[in-house]
Amino acid sequence: MLNLGLYNYWMVITLMMIGLYTVISRGHLVKKLVGLNIFQAAVFLLYISMGFVRDAAPPILTPGVEQYSNPLPHVLILTAIVVGVATTALGLALVVRIRETYGTVEEDELHQLDNDF
Amino acid sequence: MEHLQVLLVVVPLLAAPVCALLPGRRLPWLFAMVVAWVVFAMAVALALQVRASGVLSYALGGWAAPWGIEYRLDAANALVQLMVAAIAAVVLPYAGRSVAREIDPARQGGFYSALLLLIAGLLGITATGDAFNVFVFLEISSLSSYTLIAMGRDRRALTAAFRYLIMGTIGATFYLIGVGLLYAMTGTLNMADLAERLPAVADTRTVHTAVAFIVVGLCLKIALFPLHLWLPNAYAYAPSAVTALIAATSTKVAVYVLIRFVYTVLGADFAFGELSLAAVLIGLAVLGMLTASAVAVTQPDAKRMLAYSSVAQVGYMVLGLSLASVAGLTATLLHMMNHAVMKGALFMALGCVAYRLGGTAVADLRGLGRSMPWTMAAFVAGGLSLIGVPLTVGFISKWYLVLAALEQGRWILVAAIVASSLLAVAYIWRIVEAAYFQGPGRADVKEAPWSLLVPTWLLVLANFWLGIDTRATVGLATQAAQALLGAAP
Repeated sequence: MLNLGLYNYWMVITLMMIGLYTVISRGHLVKKLVGLNIFQAAVFLLYISMGFVRDAAPPILTPGVEQYSNPLPHVLILTAIVVGVATTALGLALVVRIRETYGTVEEDELHQLDNDF
Repeated sequence: MEHLQVLLVVVPLLAAPVCALLPGRRLPWLFAMVVAWVVFAMAVALALQVRASGVLSYALGGWAAPWGIEYRLDAANALVQLMVAAIAAVVLPYAGRSVAREIDPARQGGFYSALLLLIAGLLGITATGDAFNVFVFLEISSLSSYTLIAMGRDRRALTAAFRYLIMGTIGATFYLIGVGLLYAMTGTLNMADLAERLPAVADTRTVHTAVAFIVVGLCLKIALFPLHLWLPNAYAYAPSAVTALIAATSTKVAVYVLIRFVYTVLGADFAFGELSLAAVLIGLAVLGMLTASAVAVTQPDAKRMLAYSSVAQVGYMVLGLSLASVAGLTATLLHMMNHAVMKGALFMALGCVAYRLGGTAVADLRGLGRSMPWTMAAFVAGGLSLIGVPLTVGFISKWYLVLAALEQGRWILVAAIVASSLLAVAYIWRIVEAAYFQGPGRADVKEAPWSLLVPTWLLVLANFWLGIDTRATVGLATQAAQALLGAAP
């Protein structure tokens, strides 16, 4: 049963699969990192959608407002975004060093150069 | 010292940036070593407190438990915490000489800083009682391990670190998805609180999905077969001191998180009864034990061989925890500690070999029994423990594992444990044969310096000490296992 009322979650799952598929199927190391980023962004969206409460105000104290959205998932995801940035930075730094040492960033060629990996 | 619980994590975390700023080569090392010893002293003090008074709880920033982050220490994580701190305290003195040879001098401040971050991350995972906090520390420890592995001398260290980064991040993100789904159902992240609220919503697809994501994510970090592909190269090409530390601690900490989730958060009845996790985990554990041991026999490099052996040993741990009995859980907790002691000793002995030879190919080890007698003796002693010969720690945990399997009448599992141990004999024997029975002694190779040998032998002696006097370790492990199963709702 398709429940399009929760289309956010459909988007999350679509993005998640696109990201994961890119990580698995691409041989180019930078493309792998891009895939990883899409995958992580999907999880961020999952958390952010979770905090949303229908007909509720943004979580800023305002007189006369009774119901607020849940700010906690957003705060959590801020942390996760920082972690994601750090991971991407480290990953790209590694790609630069791999390129300097091997002269390529294609996984198949790296395999051939090392005969294992 | 009521703040000891949080200081244990904060001290290495704050020491890391300081370490990066220290000039020269010796200063960062000395500083990191002192920090590791201070941390070890704190872990001992905490373990004694837990033993005396049961569960310790600390509210971070004074915010009460379900809202604020709670640091919660019981017998199980006190044990793991003590193990991480102890291994760090032994590896750091060893690192001085070994790292000076393997890492270029300009990078050593950064190296020790990453090492301290790794220790802080691992201790943080064990200290916290908050599911999201686990993710943060998991990533702190993982990011620093990618950095440390990439510092290996072999160029393959770079590709190994990259592969670990991809797989490790997917694992951690899976865990994050799982925790998010649990939060959506229960509105809490505190583990004890989760355990209370989950039964009401346990029978929903969201919770089932969450469990699947968490278990798969953690199994990636644990390197359970067939999710172990990142491990062999990462261990084989990392600097020697890093391999010793990571191999001894990091997969075990992930096993601890799995235990915590399965037993405390989900409860054994739900995880093994309704979700039948055991069928999957036992199958993979046994497959891992057998195939990884078999692959280890064929490896041309000794370090890579031990890395495959680690995948097999992880199988024992997962097998024990999947038996869902006090005996099985005791065996797992014991094996986590014991494996840390023996793999630590073995990788440190290989580090001594790498210090003199520059590599650890089995073919290069010929005749080394004569030119490096102390190093090779340490390797053989560690190897005996890995096989599980009586009087060593390896025997103790395998004994408990076999007892746990027999308790449930599972003879096939016993056969698998014995078969995997026999394969361990085969791969350890290859090294012994090369070192003692082949080739003339190498006159050009000298024994490793004492600053490497002393820490190595400290762990080797611990192998025998803890294998003979088992009161402390078995007592703590049984206490922890009973608490974990008793706490199950």
